[in-house]
Amino acid sequence: MTNQFESAFDIAQKIKESSITAKEVLFGYLENIRSKNGDLNAFITQNDDIAISQADAIDQKIKSGKEVGILAGVPIAIKDNICTNNFETTCSSNILKGWNPPYDATVIKNLTAEDAIILGKTNLDEFAMGSSTEHSAFGPTKNPIDTTRVPGGSSGGSACAVKAEMASVALGSDTGGSIRQPAAFCGIVGMKPTYGLVSRYGLIAFASSLDQIGPFGKSVRDCALVLNAISGHDPRDSTSLNIDKDDFVSHVDRDIKGLKIGLISEFNEFLDDRLKASLTDAADLLRENGAEILEISLPYVKYSLSTYYLIAPAEASSNLARFDGVRYGLRVDGDNVDEMMINTRTKGFGQEVKRRIMLGTYALSSGYYDAYYGTAQKLRTALISDFKNAYRNVDVIICPTTPTGAFKFGSKLDDPLQMYMSDIFTIPSNLAGHPAISIPFGLDNDSMPLGIQILADGLCDSKVIRVASALETLRDQVSPKN
Amino acid sequence: MSQDKSFISKDQVLHVAKLAKLSLTEEEVAKFTDQLSDILGYANELTGLDLSNIAPAAHPIDLENVFRQDIVAESIDNLKVLENAPEALNNQFKVPPILND
Repeated sequence: MTNQFESAFDIAQKIKESSITAKEVLFGYLENIRSKNGDLNAFITQNDDIAISQADAIDQKIKSGKEVGILAGVPIAIKDNICTNNFETTCSSNILKGWNPPYDATVIKNLTAEDAIILGKTNLDEFAMGSSTEHSAFGPTKNPIDTTRVPGGSSGGSACAVKAEMASVALGSDTGGSIRQPAAFCGIVGMKPTYGLVSRYGLIAFASSLDQIGPFGKSVRDCALVLNAISGHDPRDSTSLNIDKDDFVSHVDRDIKGLKIGLISEFNEFLDDRLKASLTDAADLLRENGAEILEISLPYVKYSLSTYYLIAPAEASSNLARFDGVRYGLRVDGDNVDEMMINTRTKGFGQEVKRRIMLGTYALSSGYYDAYYGTAQKLRTALISDFKNAYRNVDVIICPTTPTGAFKFGSKLDDPLQMYMSDIFTIPSNLAGHPAISIPFGLDNDSMPLGIQILADGLCDSKVIRVASALETLRDQVSPKN
Repeated sequence: MSQDKSFISKDQVLHVAKLAKLSLTEEEVAKFTDQLSDILGYANELTGLDLSNIAPAAHPIDLENVFRQDIVAESIDNLKVLENAPEALNNQFKVPPILND
């Protein structure tokens, strides 16, 4: 049993070589789900029979000498805001409970085409709005490292599933940090690819100009492998980029000699001693191995949080107008159609979703549009141009993923602004549409993991992977148990 | 985190709820007024910045119209879509009366 939960990369390799069957691997993970999920609540919908039949089909393919995909037999967990054909998809909201999508998201088609095994759907903050997975109609997910603490969010279920070995890898979505922040809180790797690199077809929209699907894994290599499977042009998503496919795994285990790495001076004021120490350690390791470390300035980056919390709710208020009790999901009756819609939305949405719909509706309303949404859009331009200038001088930027490690349940629930502050280091990449990855690096004062992010310019996902992989290796050489 | 100055009034919260088709309890109105005021107060740091020479960005990448050939392709079956409808009639979605008599 010792080697059963090794990397996705090795699992696929061993299944292809017939040294283990897909079914044997799957049963190991199903056993973990059975014993751990009752407490951790990572999966909210699961179907063993479907997964077992997928595993049987892969074993059959291998037996008959057929080609199998790059994720052959790798058990993967899917955030429950990604549509799965005929398989309940809820966004962890009462308004969508019981909805069975009539189609698969493109990423699901891509994964099954590469012979991955879909284990089930994971918990999230309702409609991906939150940083703790406490805002779920299915109850919170726990952090597997310390079950009195949140796993982060909004993709908390996916991060928890990978950390607790209930899945080998997972998909999440990242609108303001919803992959990277839970990855940091749970001590695993999570990546937000360049906007447009992965199709959003079948991802239930929160903020369409910011949302991006990406992978969770225990290593940078596993994330790169999943990214190989899910990236690529999709005519069904008009923002999907039509570019040549890269092999992201080929950028793992390369050297970093001569690369220029930036530290954002405007972030200094947000760093406590622990964060400063882990960032300095990371920079030192990279420097000792041939990278050049430079201090850079992004004058507008300090306005990212304000900018984001006007733009994202504005887009959300528009996207979530579709939940009106007419075509799918919950309907609460009323005497006329207007009453029915009001009753349905009032009963169906939770507090955080209502709060963001209200904020967004206000920011877009007549008389306030220019002052709020209009101003935020201009700051977005200013931030993008800051990054453009910075990337003339550096290849990548490193910074912490979160201001703290995982916090206790309930500690930020009544203060939304404090909760939003969790996203301060992750939001800039979403506003700019750039790639960013979080890898575990260092511990906070409560011995909970911290993350370091590597950011790069749009379409430089391979650079992000290259530097993250190098830093991961260097970190393990210094402290093998990190 | 309460502010000295309120950035949104109770009446505005009620107006916005109406626009968003949400019905709020009195308790929620009070809570949202405070919380939204906090958030808008924080975002108030943006006012006073000189952004006159900056164009707004609605999107991180330059969007272009995407065209495709006008060829009939496979689409999702009507009946399959209607299976999820709260109420359906004659192959269509059914809603309560739009106008009261």
